[in-house]
Amino acid sequence: MKRKSGNTTNNIYPILSILAILALWECLSVFEIVPSFMLPTPAETVQAFVHDFGLLMSHMKVTLIETLVGTVIGISIGFLSAVLMDRWDPAYKAMYPLIVLTQTIPAVAIAPLLVLWFGYKMLPKVILIVLITFFPIVIGVLDGFRSADRDAINLLRSMGETEWQIFRHIKFPNALPNFFSGLRITVAYAVVGAVLAEWLGGFAGLGVYMTRVKKSFAYDKMFAVIFLISIISLILIWLVNVLQKKCMPWEREEPAERQRK
Amino acid sequence: MTHKLETKNITIRFGEKTIIRDISIAVDEGELVSLLGVSGSGKTTLFNCISGIYRPVEGKVLLDGEDITGTTGHISYMLQKDLLLPYKTIEDNVALPLIIRGMGKKEARAEASKHFAEFGLEGTQKQYPKQLSGGMRQRAALLRTWMFSDNVALLDEPFSALDTITKGRIHRWYLDVMEKIRLTTVFITHDINEAILLSDRIYLMTGKPGEIRSEIRIRTPRGQREGFDLTEEFLEYKRQIMQELGEAW
Repeated sequence: MKRKSGNTTNNIYPILSILAILALWECLSVFEIVPSFMLPTPAETVQAFVHDFGLLMSHMKVTLIETLVGTVIGISIGFLSAVLMDRWDPAYKAMYPLIVLTQTIPAVAIAPLLVLWFGYKMLPKVILIVLITFFPIVIGVLDGFRSADRDAINLLRSMGETEWQIFRHIKFPNALPNFFSGLRITVAYAVVGAVLAEWLGGFAGLGVYMTRVKKSFAYDKMFAVIFLISIISLILIWLVNVLQKKCMPWEREEPAERQRK
Repeated sequence: MTHKLETKNITIRFGEKTIIRDISIAVDEGELVSLLGVSGSGKTTLFNCISGIYRPVEGKVLLDGEDITGTTGHISYMLQKDLLLPYKTIEDNVALPLIIRGMGKKEARAEASKHFAEFGLEGTQKQYPKQLSGGMRQRAALLRTWMFSDNVALLDEPFSALDTITKGRIHRWYLDVMEKIRLTTVFITHDINEAILLSDRIYLMTGKPGEIRSEIRIRTPRGQREGFDLTEEFLEYKRQIMQELGEAW
């Protein structure tokens, strides 16, 4: 009981601050402090969103498919590389610096190149997302593998576990928390990456929609699509959290000390 | 007569450094033998050698007279850290040794569940390790060790992380369980009281590199140790051990 009321009061503060910002924004445009054609009111933004809903959804579908395909491929490559680097030290030594080095190249810089090389279709977007996704996953998972308890591994080895069983019973579950924190960062970046690649050329997608409304100076639609992108990111992060709770049931349980109170 | 477990003249060296030298111990069926010594005398290294993780430069490990030197999968051990896997339920943790040996998950769980009552773990099957108290976790770890092999168990300071009261309780419980399951046990400890209270025999290990200094047999049978730590006999052992350790200093 007590816990629940605590949660409600905790929720009040962020809601209040968001409401305050919305009110401030409304005032800025209603009182023409900023010219209303440059800064639409929250109400106008919602209107634009509703008006263009069908169009937005069709563009969103394209962006989401790119994100999904890119993320799945990125995770797979990242995960397999982590396994390889964990099992085989030369691979670790050879690949690790390379992986870090590729991360110093900003996505904004390679996106135009990818579009030039791979055209206006889905391929350059997917490649960019794979590049963005790969890094947090490979680093996180590898770290999870390597931080597995030495003593636990030795113990199971004394029981006659094979390398594969050690991987399955210790290393893999140990890497899960890292994997999910990596994934949380990654899904938000992936959407942004997709939009970025779409700006630079494409036939459909939220980025394409964005460049079109920008060219027609439809600020209200600009705002609508910006909000849509953040909402998508939030939903994806929430989905990762749900997935994590499903995959790691042991994290949900209260530890012994707290239970006794 | 062959002993249950025997180490013959074991020497272990890491690089230039000799950790233990010429260790020979023998444990008979159903016996509980302690290795008592200060930290750094190589007790744990000896355990890792018996369980097959390290291979000695000299010497042999015999189980039922058979040479098992340097091979894993025969003898398991239990540490001060319970090393229960946090992401598995107690039931799955305990059943793990059976699964490793290739038993199906369901079957292994059923097999493990049979022994929960005996170890005072009823009702914890579906819980996760962090939901249990330290004492309960050690019981679960002991059960897992036993599931692995009802042959021989190596216990490396299993109770030293527990507080004094819990420790006293778990000692009594331990002697009780051991009466029932008759597990052949080698027990590492640096706690003199614990060694005298729980063992049939004590090997004193001293020096660097570690060597066996002497062997002490506790005459009072393990079944009759209620209040044993307050008797004159107990103190006599304690005096002898402290004197020997003092000399070796």
